[in-house]
Amino acid sequence: MTGHRETTMLSRVADNLYWMSRYLERAEHTARLIDVDLQLRLDQSPTAGSDRWLGLLEALQVPAPENVPLDAEILTHLLTLDRANPSSIISCVAAARENLRQVREQCSSEMWEQLNRLFLQVKSTASSDAGLADSHGFFRAVQDGAHLFQGIADSTMSHGEGWHYIQLGRFVERTEAVARLIGAHFSRFPHPLDQPVESEEYLEWVGLLKSCAAFQAYCKAHTAELRPLRVAEFLLLNPGFPHSVAFSVDRFHAALTAIAELTERKAEQPVRIAGRLRATLSFSQIDEILASGATAYVDSIRWQCAQAHAAIQQVYFDYSVESALVA
Amino acid sequence: MQPSRTRTRGLLRRINLPESAQVLFRPPFRNYQFDSAYDEMFEAPGIPRPHYRALFQTLLDLPSEELRKSQQAAELSFLHQGITFTVYGNSEGTERVFPNDLLPRIIPHAEWRKIESGLTQRIAALNLFLEDIYHNGRILADGIVPKELVYTCRHFRREMRGLNVPRGIYVSICGTDLVRLPDGSFAVLEDNLRVPSGVSYMLANRKVLKRVFPTLFRDYGVCPVDHYAQALLATLRALTPPNFSSRHEPTVVLLTPGVFNSAYFEHTFLAQQMGIELVEGRDLLVHDNVVYMRTTAGLRRVDVIYRRVDDDFLDPLCFQRDSSLGVPGLFNAYRAGNVSLANAIGTGVADDKAVYAYVPAIIRYYLGEDPILSNVPTYMLTDRTQQNYVLEHLDELVVKAVGESGGYGMLIGPQSTAEQREDFRSRIQAEPRNYIAQPTLSLSRAPCFLDGEAQARHVDLRPYILYGENVTLVPGGLTRVALRRGSLVVNSSQGGGSKDTWVLRA
Repeated sequence: MTGHRETTMLSRVADNLYWMSRYLERAEHTARLIDVDLQLRLDQSPTAGSDRWLGLLEALQVPAPENVPLDAEILTHLLTLDRANPSSIISCVAAARENLRQVREQCSSEMWEQLNRLFLQVKSTASSDAGLADSHGFFRAVQDGAHLFQGIADSTMSHGEGWHYIQLGRFVERTEAVARLIGAHFSRFPHPLDQPVESEEYLEWVGLLKSCAAFQAYCKAHTAELRPLRVAEFLLLNPGFPHSVAFSVDRFHAALTAIAELTERKAEQPVRIAGRLRATLSFSQIDEILASGATAYVDSIRWQCAQAHAAIQQVYFDYSVESALVA
Repeated sequence: MQPSRTRTRGLLRRINLPESAQVLFRPPFRNYQFDSAYDEMFEAPGIPRPHYRALFQTLLDLPSEELRKSQQAAELSFLHQGITFTVYGNSEGTERVFPNDLLPRIIPHAEWRKIESGLTQRIAALNLFLEDIYHNGRILADGIVPKELVYTCRHFRREMRGLNVPRGIYVSICGTDLVRLPDGSFAVLEDNLRVPSGVSYMLANRKVLKRVFPTLFRDYGVCPVDHYAQALLATLRALTPPNFSSRHEPTVVLLTPGVFNSAYFEHTFLAQQMGIELVEGRDLLVHDNVVYMRTTAGLRRVDVIYRRVDDDFLDPLCFQRDSSLGVPGLFNAYRAGNVSLANAIGTGVADDKAVYAYVPAIIRYYLGEDPILSNVPTYMLTDRTQQNYVLEHLDELVVKAVGESGGYGMLIGPQSTAEQREDFRSRIQAEPRNYIAQPTLSLSRAPCFLDGEAQARHVDLRPYILYGENVTLVPGGLTRVALRRGSLVVNSSQGGGSKDTWVLRA
């Protein structure tokens, strides 16, 4: 037990902020993935369809629906406006809003208004007759809405403990999502690592980069010639690109360090796990990683991420009374 | 906007002539109506009371378009701040803005002084009463208050027998409903001694009115109310539990039932204003009879709980077993003297509407003084003669369920249907202890700005009384308005609104 502190943050409140941020990040990620996928599909023969859908579902960790044809309309609905699917965009935005609603007094009113507006927008699309007629516009609106929210949070909320939980949720989610996406892609396209990809497959690799909002940034660094090795290096290890795994881990480590400092719990599990993960990434060489298999590597990242998440829950949100009293 | 001195004088000269009074009724008072009720603004048609003159003149001078705009601005600001309440027993659109009326209700200083001393006397006596009935029961043994009345009260908590509460204060936060009778005197309609609400509206109304009538407000010399949250915090801090020993200030939290409660806005507002944590039952836990809140930095001991959760839901081990709003073990921690609750458990017995009838006797018994504020005559239905009288006059009386509040479970005779009266007749006969009856009161009326003009509406007054180291009343309170024409019910859940209350400086 710690002594008297200047500020107190209830575990429930921290938990709500963390999950709010994870859900919003998930909604944004899903919107971008489907948007990129639908664009890509336009350039392909209609028969290539069902395989791609399975890949997308895997990357989003949504179980493939049974007894249903894998057709664009059904699956797009499942992933965007289906309330019964807890990972759909509408479910994620609603969950983010519900989490924030319960702790409204902890954030700025601008933040609440923005998230509320985004929710109402998604809801009105779901109930309108036109539905997803303008799908690209819809996915853009979701991404913009989430970006705007994070921007508003950065500029209107005090960068104290609560803000750090928002950062934490956002980057834990992003690390997992990008790692999962890379894993799924590399197992589907076992292309020779250090050769430029061409023709049909080229578009798939563009798709991977675009799904991480990374195509333009990659081209600036390596030109439009895509080699799996460089793509993997860029998405996994680039320290400056905001959707790379290394960047995301760095941010969530920073948030955890700040939280540990503020709560006077410096030596705790979460920081240790995140610190180890961060060190692994900064000392890894891409050829070594790929030699032992990209999939195995990202699986280990995801596993450590899950460990960090469990440790955060256990130390800050849901600790046992005994453990808290002994300290 | 403020009338010049000469113009005010000129007006006063003119309105001394009663026959010209009606001619003077310019907008927004063109359709203002009078009846037998006491009018807060006018002593006679067209003649404002001295303390209302400046407001009256301002309203005559102000284009009603401007008032209308101010009103819209006020409504919008309430909506944006989310100053809403929840209506129970109504499935659609349960969240509503609490309507605010723009015209202040003005109370001269001398009147307020009387209210203040009357309520101070009352809260002192009621606390002594609670301490007595949960200890030796002298007042019951002396036959001043019938034993069975106390012991049959649904809000009597036998668990509280013999428990000593900090400073002997059971009720530290109280909101008493006053009404003004046709003769101009104030009377107590009911005491709210459990979890009275509405104080946030008092503060929100004041904020809006200061914006709408800045000059008028300043020139009137209105006593401030903005220090309420600070006074509340001081009151709560004064209630340190018996076993409290720390160099620090006690840790105070506000316990809310959660987002679905009708007063959730007020809970967040007060917690924020006081700078204390707003907790739910699941944020608290009891270990070894000590209450902790679960924070990210570990468990933190809680010393005083301002609970906005009813007795029934506080502790599932002790009271309602299926409640998830409370904290298992809280009552034992309370009993052990490790935490204080404000208000204490079991205070509802003293605001039971049947016990209410005995409050004047309670004041005399403990304080040896005559009550400063009178009660409203009340018929006890357990008494055969009184019951017969009530059943014969149901169409004239108001019947109330003793344990209810918020305007639920009542019959207003003159406005009731034969069917409703039959319903109440059988309910009274089945459970006479559960009901009381009172004459239908003619509540005083005050001008409200409705549909672009001033209209007379019935009002009451709920001042808030704090009792910690000493008794504090923030000068003012919530003036509740029955916005429906002719309606006598001012509760927010029954179509009421509220207006700012200006208590004038000496």
